[in-house]
Amino acid sequence: MAAELHVELVAADRSVWSGEATLVVARTTSGDIGVMPGHQPLLGVLESGPVTIRTSDGGTVVAAVHGGFISFADNKLSLLAEIAELSDEIDVQRAERALERAKSEADASAERRADVRLRAVAAR
Amino acid sequence: MGAQLRVYKRRIKSVTATKKITKAMEMIAASRVVKAQRKVAASTPYATELTRAVTAVGTGSNTQHPLTTEAETATRAAVLLLTSDRGLAGAFNSNAIKAAEQLTARLEAEGKEVDTYIVGRRGVAHYNFRERKIAKQWSGFTDQPEYADAKTVAGPLIEAIEKDTAEGGVDELHIVYTEFVSMMTQTAIDGRLLPLSLEAVAEESAKKDEILPLYDFEPSAEDVLDALLPRYVESRIYNALLQSAASKHAATRRAMKSATDNAGDLINNLSRLANAARQAEITQEISEIVGGASALADATAGSDK
Repeated sequence: MAAELHVELVAADRSVWSGEATLVVARTTSGDIGVMPGHQPLLGVLESGPVTIRTSDGGTVVAAVHGGFISFADNKLSLLAEIAELSDEIDVQRAERALERAKSEADASAERRADVRLRAVAAR
Repeated sequence: MGAQLRVYKRRIKSVTATKKITKAMEMIAASRVVKAQRKVAASTPYATELTRAVTAVGTGSNTQHPLTTEAETATRAAVLLLTSDRGLAGAFNSNAIKAAEQLTARLEAEGKEVDTYIVGRRGVAHYNFRERKIAKQWSGFTDQPEYADAKTVAGPLIEAIEKDTAEGGVDELHIVYTEFVSMMTQTAIDGRLLPLSLEAVAEESAKKDEILPLYDFEPSAEDVLDALLPRYVESRIYNALLQSAASKHAATRRAMKSATDNAGDLINNLSRLANAARQAEITQEISEIVGGASALADATAGSDK
């Protein structure tokens, strides 16, 4: 069995997901980063984007994360986000409506948020 | 029914209605305390992880940041006071306000100019009534604060501290809020939020003999600190808002419980008085009947003979 790392995905007001994983891919300000067990200690700033967690039982968890940090040490990975949603919590129709509304109102940050949500659902 | 008795009956009825209301408020507050405590617990993982990260940057690099460097002579300070929107919470708001006033006096004695930022209508009303200046105020969310509320509060404060003092910025940020110690005890406390001393944060979070790993910062230590510190301040303010909300509900519960108890006592006393009045009325009636009957008997006895 492959080595595992422990992942904690926490939002500001709740703990979103935690469990064992073999690979976590997240988007930092300097590009996508993949973390596998035994990675060197890391502390990075996250961009808005989908986070993909390959769980140790072969499944995949995708979450939309808006701003935050990734920190990895002692085989423990924490993803801190102000807002984080698992892809199956996301209401696709609502996100699409939000995207359209953001486009019509030219609200760049709202548009990006809605876009990230939809991409997270698509990556599921 | 005599006039006296009617007055007592009416008062008992009105106090009973009041008692029902305070009892309902007590129960609502009790359920909200639990909810608020749950929110405090739910926000803890984020806060601990964030503290860990701040400690890691603080110990792992020698980066300087406006939010961590102390001004050599601080001349202006901001005080953030957390109160509630609604009263009926005993001394909750006045304790917080008193703590803020003491802090303000202390800062002014140190020669600092103080800007006051207030959350909650009660605090705002208190300051407005005394025509004191409020730098910025927020209200409407103190019962159930969300993280977004903490962000809106933290935004202008971080802005103020990053500005130069000469242009209306501040050197220090203090926060006054009510700490939720237990269901029975809540204490108004004040603390300095900024400039943040990384050593103090490290001390607070460090478990004994834990050696922090040497982190690789992505993209760089400065950028990480830049992004991290405002989040840390927001999370501290969020925690303070949640604790303040939990304390407010606990204080309301206690105030309403004693109001309910007092109403119960009042009802007991009034019922005793009402009983005495009724008894007095009956006694009077009996003595009137007896008196009347004997007068009648005397009169008839006299006319017969």
